[in-house]
Amino acid sequence: MTTASTSSKAPSRLARFRSSYLLYSFKRDWIAQVCFAVFVALVLAAILAPWLSPMNPYDLAQIRILDSELPPFWIDGSDPQYLLGTDAQGRDLLSTILYGARVSLIIGFGAVILQALLGVTFGLLAGYLGGRVDAFLMRMADIQLSFSTLMVAIIVGAVIKASFGGAIYSEYAVFILVLIIGLAEWPQYARTVRASVLAERSKEYVDAARVMGFRAKRIMFRHILPNTLSPIFVISTVQIANAIISEAALSFLGLGMPETQPSLGSLIKSGFDYLQSGSWWITLIPGGVLVVLVLVINLLGDWLRDVMNPRLYKG
Amino acid sequence: MIAFLIKRLFHAFLVMFIISVISFAIQDNLGDPIQQMVGQSVPESERAELREELGLNDPFMVQYLRFAKNAAQFDFGYSYFYGEPTIEVVLRHLPATLELVFATTLLIMLFSVPIGVYSAIKPRSPLSRLFMGVSIVGISIPVFLTAIVLIQIFAIGVQFTPFPVDTGWGSWLNGALSTDGGMPAYGRGDVVHVFGTWSTNFASLEGLSYLVLPAISLASIMLPLFIRLIRAEMLEVLQSEYVKFAKAKGISMRRIYFLHALKNTMLPVITVGGVQIGTLVAYTILTETVFQWPGVGLMFLDAIERSDIPLIVTYLMIVGLIFVITNTLVDLIYGLVNPTVKLTGKPA
Repeated sequence: MTTASTSSKAPSRLARFRSSYLLYSFKRDWIAQVCFAVFVALVLAAILAPWLSPMNPYDLAQIRILDSELPPFWIDGSDPQYLLGTDAQGRDLLSTILYGARVSLIIGFGAVILQALLGVTFGLLAGYLGGRVDAFLMRMADIQLSFSTLMVAIIVGAVIKASFGGAIYSEYAVFILVLIIGLAEWPQYARTVRASVLAERSKEYVDAARVMGFRAKRIMFRHILPNTLSPIFVISTVQIANAIISEAALSFLGLGMPETQPSLGSLIKSGFDYLQSGSWWITLIPGGVLVVLVLVINLLGDWLRDVMNPRLYKG
Repeated sequence: MIAFLIKRLFHAFLVMFIISVISFAIQDNLGDPIQQMVGQSVPESERAELREELGLNDPFMVQYLRFAKNAAQFDFGYSYFYGEPTIEVVLRHLPATLELVFATTLLIMLFSVPIGVYSAIKPRSPLSRLFMGVSIVGISIPVFLTAIVLIQIFAIGVQFTPFPVDTGWGSWLNGALSTDGGMPAYGRGDVVHVFGTWSTNFASLEGLSYLVLPAISLASIMLPLFIRLIRAEMLEVLQSEYVKFAKAKGISMRRIYFLHALKNTMLPVITVGGVQIGTLVAYTILTETVFQWPGVGLMFLDAIERSDIPLIVTYLMIVGLIFVITNTLVDLIYGLVNPTVKLTGKPA
């Protein structure tokens, strides 16, 4: 990972990417290729959901309640109009899954961006300034981590829901979930960044920059930050997978997306009530999609960690 | 060691203080006890009088100190829904959760150590690769989904008939792929009363059968973490100088693995295990919801649905206390068994 600015003599970014070790090892690892292909396919399907899906699950006019709980195409009694069957409200399951994956991915990426902004800033401050700032921020991170991120997310979600009521919670669910998961997970980034900053801070280029009279802000963000990017990049993949799982867990507990605007998690939740009556597809097909999505991101994260081999914070 | 102990205890009190301030802020801002105590017809003047009498108009600090004083005596007021002291409601639900956590911990200890050690000793064997592959799949499946799949397979049953039914081998294969279900997956079943609020699932086979699916679900998410951790630590220990020296000395590999290496592998596992208790509590909420297991997790979720603020606050305080005590104990144990740890503070 190099992000130094390109001058006229240096090879272009594309050329450097072509000769990089990252691409070389990607070409030799079929698991990484398959995962990347599946991930791109899922993201594209989610982005293109409004054009790909047979019906709009948010549009009540298109829903026929008589068509509820129809099975997927390989089971007797299915309707060819609904490829993966329908849910309890008569919505086409394929369409709701595409729209649901879109919501899950938006929240996953949004939460990780927020975590990274908070965590990288705090990590840089703690690592570079040291002393009291460092002690205070890391103590806060320790306390929060000892509670586990999911627990913090559940409590914050519960308090927000209890204070504003269910209706307002559902209306702003996407923002609230991004906020909750972002706030709950920043310590992961802060610790990783701090560990890298501590290693970079004693290097000569930082001394040189300081002697030249650059201010702390410039040294932190322009000089040290680019050199801590590879661990940030590696944990980001795992964090996206975690954020998607956290969102699904919160939705399953009723602290997430409402059923009218379902994510993969709330689809699983609404389908769970119909498991006993034999309609397993309403809950297990979205569940399968969720697992595949999280699994390919985790496998890509594993591969990235092996290739980049950054000094990750341990313990 | 004394300095370390005092520092840890100070840390523990600080965390408990933060938890109590947050809990009090929730109670102060969300609950209106007057609304709960009196009917619609009571005039505003009487409400104001009652408010003054209960000290609800006192400054924040005065009210917080009163809250902290009561909390230190485990008095958190009355639950809106149950109409009895919240601490009694929590204590009634706690044994179910503790038994679930205990059964899960047994499963984790039973499986994580042998599998983790094996895949570190033979990292390239097909079986190790299988374990690692399964464990990353395990991490990627949310705990409530594992629970749902287990319910479908073992409680409801799966009829899977891809092969022709009229042939002998076909119906045999179909039978092997299908399950009858019938495992209990709802609640705790009949429990045997022990004493106080504690009744147990461990006393009868029937009680144990209710514990199987929830415990496996809960273990499925923690087990991969521990297997990967033990494997990574063991691999690192096996690279160390003293293991090489022991090999050179001609000590049998078995003795090196299980006497020298395993001891040092388990040290970091203790600390990480302590931190994971928090995660485990979060996952009990999910597992209990799926199986309608009548523990504190389900109680907490119901309390949120009913906006039962005193019960929510009590849950936070009690679970916070359990966290703090276990984390402090784990740190102290770690300091005792590993004298090389920097006693006066965290390494920079």
